[in-house]
Amino acid sequence: MNTDISQTITRIAEIIINELKLEDVTPETFDADLDLIDEVGVDSMDLATIALVLRDEYGIRIDEDDYPKLTTIRIIAEYIDNKLKSDD
Amino acid sequence: MKTVSSLLDDHWYERYKKISRLNIRSSIYDVTDRCNLRCKGCFFFSSGEHERASEENDVSKWHAFVEKEMDRGVNLAILIGGEPTLCLDRIEAFYQRLPTFCATNGLIKVPRDRFPDMMVGLSLWGDEEDEIALRGKDTFKITSANYAGDPHAYYLYTITPKQLGKTGKIIQKIKDIGLKVHMQLLSNDEGVDGFSWKPEELIAVRAEMDAMLDAYPETVISSKYYHKVITTGRMLDRKFGWMECPSVTEPIDKRDPRPKRLTNFIRWASDLETMHRCCTSETRDCSTCKDGAAHMSWVMVNKRAHINTTEDLQNWIEVYEMFAKLYQFIPW
Ligand code: SF4
Ligand code: SF4
Repeated sequence: MNTDISQTITRIAEIIINELKLEDVTPETFDADLDLIDEVGVDSMDLATIALVLRDEYGIRIDEDDYPKLTTIRIIAEYIDNKLKSDD
Repeated sequence: MKTVSSLLDDHWYERYKKISRLNIRSSIYDVTDRCNLRCKGCFFFSSGEHERASEENDVSKWHAFVEKEMDRGVNLAILIGGEPTLCLDRIEAFYQRLPTFCATNGLIKVPRDRFPDMMVGLSLWGDEEDEIALRGKDTFKITSANYAGDPHAYYLYTITPKQLGKTGKIIQKIKDIGLKVHMQLLSNDEGVDGFSWKPEELIAVRAEMDAMLDAYPETVISSKYYHKVITTGRMLDRKFGWMECPSVTEPIDKRDPRPKRLTNFIRWASDLETMHRCCTSETRDCSTCKDGAAHMSWVMVNKRAHINTTEDLQNWIEVYEMFAKLYQFIPW
């Protein structure tokens, strides 16, 4: 795995844990492939909150139309990575 | 961390997955300021909302307005406000573009050649006696003739304290004409004598609503958790009211702090510019509000608060399914 991506994954996990106040999980133990909607119960309001934090942190805008695609932490990390690369 | 699948068996997990991605974003629209009835206790007229704005008569403006609403993310239009069927062209502006629900007194039949699958909610306030006392007419006689057997229509039965012990008779009548029914509670905005809920009546009506759901599971579209929440005003350890209500018009929401879980809800007046405070009467006291949609939404937007025990999550699923059925996002 690319190191940058793995750092992004850990940071996104941390953001999600903080924003959703999730218990009994750490950024390190959060399964990056766990389905956020089907398993964590994330909804579009949660995603909007998370997207705002990610925007501030990474300087990228997450289009609301893209929310349905962002189903796991790994997918979000790759999405951010692609956005950052395309901005370079 | 508690996950959804750790709390649910396969059957419930499948039910959850059918609704988990729906992301329903509704707003409410007054289609007209007029009505062909004048019911006692109608919040629209009692709170003077019909005088807040003058109707936009140019249909092309309604079409442009709906486009803008879709850009705002609305994916369900709930049409109320006076009697929408007096202005079918305006209804069409929504129906051509969006999942649309039309609340009506049912006296005018929605022409099914123009609106083949639009969901229609027929208001009903009780038996003949109550209907005549409160609405001046036994509307069921007319609406049952207009809509018997229609798969895209159901009754919105507003239960009043006077209906205690009588709901079974009404639900049987609805079943007999092949329609479904959703139950809600009168908020008695006009303070009609004897129509305000006493605490013991709320306990009794909850038991009666539960019994109706058990007795008529194919006819009654409801859930026992919804009955609990609407009659007690409580969800988990929280109390319903102004500071919790999700059905407040977002651009004019001055609450501080604002509830976190809101969906950009707006209730528009028929001039397409004025916004009403919330999904129901501007003058209603939130502490006695029994608005069904507001209570349902309150549960729906608080999904993760219910990812706690199996029972809590099943309760949430049942309320979300009920809403999704009433607005045709999933089949009956
Ligand atoms: S039919 Fe509906 S809008 Fe018309 S007066 Fe009665 S409650 Fe009000
Ligand atoms: S009257 Fe009811 S729907 Fe309106 S803001 Fe108060 S609680 Fe919410």
